[in-house]
Amino acid sequence: MRQRIHCAWRLLITALREIFDENAYARFLAREGMSSSRIAYAAFLREREAAFQRRPRCC
Amino acid sequence: MKSITSVLVWSCVAVLGTLSVAAIALHRGEQINAMWLVLAAVCSYAVGYRFYSKFIAAKVLALDSRRATPAERLENGRDFVPTNKWVVFGHHFAAIAGPGPLVGPVLAAQFGYLPGTIWILVGAVLGGCVQDFVILLFSVRRDGKSLSQMAKEEIGPLGGFVAFVAVISIIVILLGVVALVVVNALKDSPWGTFTIAMTIPIALLMGVYLRYWRPGKVLETSVLGFVLVMMAVVGGQWVARAPQMAHYFTLSAYWLAALIIVYGFAASVVPVWLLLAPRDYLSTFVKLGTIFILAVGIIAIRPTLHMPALTRFIDGTGPVFAGSVFPFAFITIACGAISGFHSLISSGTTPKLITRETETPMVGYGAMMAESFVAIMAMIAACTMQPGQYFAINSPAGIVGRAPEVAAGTISSWGFPVLASDMTSLAKAVGEQTLYNRTGGAPAFAVGMAQIFAHSLGGETLMAIWYHFAIMFEALFILTILDAGSRVGRFMLQDALGHLWQPLGRTSWYPSIVATSALIVGAWGYFLWQGVKDPLGGINSLWPLFGIANQLLAIVAFCVATTIIIKMNKARFAWITLAPLAWLVAVTFTASYHKILNPNPRIGFLSHAQTLLQELNSTAPAPTLARAHELARLIFNDRLDAVVTAVLVFLVALTVADSAWQWFRVLSGRKAAEVKEAPFVPTRLGASPELAHKAVS
Repeated sequence: MRQRIHCAWRLLITALREIFDENAYARFLAREGMSSSRIAYAAFLREREAAFQRRPRCC
Repeated sequence: MKSITSVLVWSCVAVLGTLSVAAIALHRGEQINAMWLVLAAVCSYAVGYRFYSKFIAAKVLALDSRRATPAERLENGRDFVPTNKWVVFGHHFAAIAGPGPLVGPVLAAQFGYLPGTIWILVGAVLGGCVQDFVILLFSVRRDGKSLSQMAKEEIGPLGGFVAFVAVISIIVILLGVVALVVVNALKDSPWGTFTIAMTIPIALLMGVYLRYWRPGKVLETSVLGFVLVMMAVVGGQWVARAPQMAHYFTLSAYWLAALIIVYGFAASVVPVWLLLAPRDYLSTFVKLGTIFILAVGIIAIRPTLHMPALTRFIDGTGPVFAGSVFPFAFITIACGAISGFHSLISSGTTPKLITRETETPMVGYGAMMAESFVAIMAMIAACTMQPGQYFAINSPAGIVGRAPEVAAGTISSWGFPVLASDMTSLAKAVGEQTLYNRTGGAPAFAVGMAQIFAHSLGGETLMAIWYHFAIMFEALFILTILDAGSRVGRFMLQDALGHLWQPLGRTSWYPSIVATSALIVGAWGYFLWQGVKDPLGGINSLWPLFGIANQLLAIVAFCVATTIIIKMNKARFAWITLAPLAWLVAVTFTASYHKILNPNPRIGFLSHAQTLLQELNSTAPAPTLARAHELARLIFNDRLDAVVTAVLVFLVALTVADSAWQWFRVLSGRKAAEVKEAPFVPTRLGASPELAHKAVS
């Protein structure tokens, strides 16, 4: 039971990190071999800008 | 043994669902508990998901877990990323959930709770969920292609063109009408206006914090933003009580509309990281949290529905919007049952994250069930109010009168008793000067939600806070939709105009950004302004127009889906998309006919224009110069609405005809049944989904 709750909690955090683009940033850092910094985040935002701007939000 | 248990459990679910639907359908003249709606919904979704989605997955689409998805084949760590199915579910739900399933059911509650509830359940299980699921799967099998691209490849160039026009139109009309919902919620409300105004500097602060102080810490920044927004909600009451401060935040509908248009333009041209992205994060955070606590609140409180099952307004004489229960209940509910806009999300980001085909029912069908449940909660929130209060809030001054006593008298004469003093007390309890004529659905939903929460948390003393929290929640994500929608519309326009003159297509060229932003914002701003000026409240004409545009887009999606199913040599199962397609054609074409040609001036655009024309040409007495100008503009607006509706219906009718021609050619053997799928590539992620998830994580 405890393990299941732990698993559900981890899943929730993973989902939130994905929805809020934290996982995308982590993947970017891993791919580019960078550590988190202002410069790295600015580069990530530049890369994501087009995708973010074209992401529709439904009614 | 296991199968016997399964049969017994599912039989119980089916019987419970049937009893719940019977309870809400057959009770007359007595109030019922909201839990019947919740039970009917949960059982319907459970049966629909367990049996109908499985049937479609196995028999029609033949989902294959051995087939590599584009997330695996084209993985690039950016757009294409194999992702856990629960994470994709959350991502997809966050993208499809918006103000539509909250506002639509509240407006449709004027018919009583029964028509809207039945349509939300039936429409979602047999239509909306199916659309989202099949479009998602077909996009997955086509490397994540968009609806427009699939329409072009599977139906023909006309289908692609119509999908493009429908998408642009729906974006423009949607943004105009949701902006009007915000204007109607915030007009003459210093508390609400202050709270929403504060979300702009909070978003800017979040953008700077995220970029310079804590790069990449989005969840942390969103929590911080949420705390600041809650402080603004609480602090709004002191602003409203201080006359000097309240003066600056007590704005008329015209001022609010002008400010929202300016904001929409600014948000479309400033850098994404500064405003758009942090607002989107903040809005998503508040949205997911509020939907969750609303569900908990309804289940914990189990409120009684005061609205009758059916009201006298099913005949089309309703004050909230004119038109009979068929077809207007189905147009009004929109996103809670079937939303064409979802097909854009299902063929956008989501298909690029799916790890296995077998996960598409849960993401596509399942997320739409969750959206539909949000619509059921909105219906409950609206119907727990006293009907007299509901109609006082949602009826425009042009119908019930502007003076409180007159409005209360008119509404009471319809059989929904309400006293002017009751409305004064209610307005005071929620921290407003008045609640009359607040059309658009948002204030009524906020009052319903505040009443539900006030019964459990904080009592009457916190009712004003809950009301303004609900208003903030709706306005926040409506303004986020304005940001995102204006950007998406601007990009689509730039893509299209780039074919005429290449520099206009360059998304980083500032003159092009400014020009296309002005075009998109000007277009939805025009509809907003038109709604604000409308003596009938604007929602009466604009919400049905939005509903029609949204359902027409769903028709295009079902045409694409049916064409692909027939080309897959599964014509005997094409009814799964043909049935909702036929229903939507009947509903939207009938609604469009009524909106254009109905002789009742409250329904038909042209007859309303004719009535105004008679007033304009009248000589006894002749209208004043100012009134003549106003009449001329209103006549133009009515005719414009009629033309927009007619053009959309004509284009969609062409798509239906084009699709039917394709089906005939394929079925009669005149055309080869060839689908434009990506070739089969076996997955390398292991045999079982569990192994696959381990591999990608």
